[in-house]
Amino acid sequence: MVSLALALSVTLAALFAPVIAPYDPGTNDFEAVLAPPLTHGHFLGTDELGRDLLSRIIWGARASMQAGVLSTLLGLIVAVPIGLTAGYYRGWWESVAMRLTDTLLAFPFLIIAVGLAAILGPSLVNATLAIGIVQVPKIVRVTRAEALSIREESYVEAAIAAGASDWAILIRHALPNMTSTLIVQATVILPIAIIAESSLSFLGLGVQPPTPSWGVMLTAAQSYMTQMPWLAILPGLAIFVATLSFNLVGDGVRDAFDPKGLR
Amino acid sequence: MFLPRRLWGSLLALCLASIIVFAGARSLPGDPAIALSGEGYDPVANAHLRKKYGLDQPLPIQYLRWSSLAIRGDLGRSIRTGLSVKDTIIRRLPITLELAGLGVLITILLGIPTGIASAVRRGRLLDYVVNGVCLFGLSVPPFWIGLLFILLFASTLHLLPASGYVAFTTDPIENLRRMILPAFVLGSAFAAWVMRQTRSAMLEALRSDYVRTARAKGLTESRVIMRHALRNSLLTVVTVLGLEMGVLISGSVVTEQIFLIPGFGKLIVDAVVTRDFPIIQGVALFSAVGYILINLLVDMLYSRLDPRIRFT
Repeated sequence: MVSLALALSVTLAALFAPVIAPYDPGTNDFEAVLAPPLTHGHFLGTDELGRDLLSRIIWGARASMQAGVLSTLLGLIVAVPIGLTAGYYRGWWESVAMRLTDTLLAFPFLIIAVGLAAILGPSLVNATLAIGIVQVPKIVRVTRAEALSIREESYVEAAIAAGASDWAILIRHALPNMTSTLIVQATVILPIAIIAESSLSFLGLGVQPPTPSWGVMLTAAQSYMTQMPWLAILPGLAIFVATLSFNLVGDGVRDAFDPKGLR
Repeated sequence: MFLPRRLWGSLLALCLASIIVFAGARSLPGDPAIALSGEGYDPVANAHLRKKYGLDQPLPIQYLRWSSLAIRGDLGRSIRTGLSVKDTIIRRLPITLELAGLGVLITILLGIPTGIASAVRRGRLLDYVVNGVCLFGLSVPPFWIGLLFILLFASTLHLLPASGYVAFTTDPIENLRRMILPAFVLGSAFAAWVMRQTRSAMLEALRSDYVRTARAKGLTESRVIMRHALRNSLLTVVTVLGLEMGVLISGSVVTEQIFLIPGFGKLIVDAVVTRDFPIIQGVALFSAVGYILINLLVDMLYSRLDPRIRFT
């Protein structure tokens, strides 16, 4: 329950950042540059440009959640139709899809992200695109495996005998029966995507300053880390709490869908 | 049948990967001939360069030319330094291989014993502690741990240097002192993943018929675990290690950036910043080839560990 509450808090912070944050994330308070936490008017202190850390952390949730949710959706939207049809129809389409999937797996996540940043320029959208593309082969594999087992089920045979078209079988029977697997996959991908976005922004390949992002804040904190350690501790803690809460929610979802699992 | 089929699959993946890298490089903004000619635009020199490098040819011909050069090790020259891409990569690679090797060592030392202990003590205090640590490892961003380690071990306790690299051949002790923190950062993130896989595989093995038979034969519990359950569980762990090599390569990019290690990962980030396209292309191809070869090796190792695979 605590993890669900934390995950909801991060989501709400991302959705309502303009309402919740005490200041605009770009507003400078030159009277309070590098103020420590618990300074009057700045609960978590300020950064090197006098910007309120709490506000920037709340706004940073927006970039992380945007990248996390959209890349997960992108991965599912692209991969599910490929995996579903590959597992159901098999034959040449399955061979082509799986070879392409294996090839895509050969490119480490950061190499794809770097390639996209070089082609399209570094931005949150391109980082989201890179994170989504990386998830595609993994989701294709899982979906195909599910489709392979579903096509042997008696309800699919019954649907074929009743004259249902392939399309109807895939949409009305196969897809609803793999929903739990896909939800579990989504819960696995989301925290990975949050860490991936912050890593890319940390490297300068994702969100670009001055837009607030937890990764960007950590990059800036490196120069002041020894004198003002909170600048490095607080944004990292935000990433940790967000990822941990979604990981715990994911574990709960997995348990709910697979009570006999080996956990 | 297994190995020839696997070799053929790897060859196909290599061809497709090279096409993706080539297509990616050709999608980069700007004219490669202008990039090659450097400062100042001269139409005559530009046309000459286009002809010299075959850029006036159709794309399939350009691909064949580029791939045949790549097979012979000619990946072009860095726009920024003018040095051969192959030489630049080969000079940086041992640094990253050392980091990755130490990282994998830490992964194995941390991940496998804790995974076994957690499975054997399932539902007990140790299991909960290990699972908690594992969840922490999976949720914490590795680059943040890196920054905290620098803060603690270098800035506060002054036990280890914060960053930089000294070659092993120059000063082995200093090399290890500078590699401990980065290797731990890289390995600990990966260890949580391996621990989960080991635990899950061990639990499955401990429930199997062959373990029940081994126990019925009167073997000691340690022998049942080490000789029967663990050996079969390692198959899964080895596969996961191979499949997650991409994570290790990506992890090394971030780790090298934090600890200012002049390896393969730092090379590619610097190449993006300076838009050094030949380097980006070379590194992408090199990583893909490396990944495919590592997984081929893993599958060969897999077939050694499980003889049944050779005959399927």
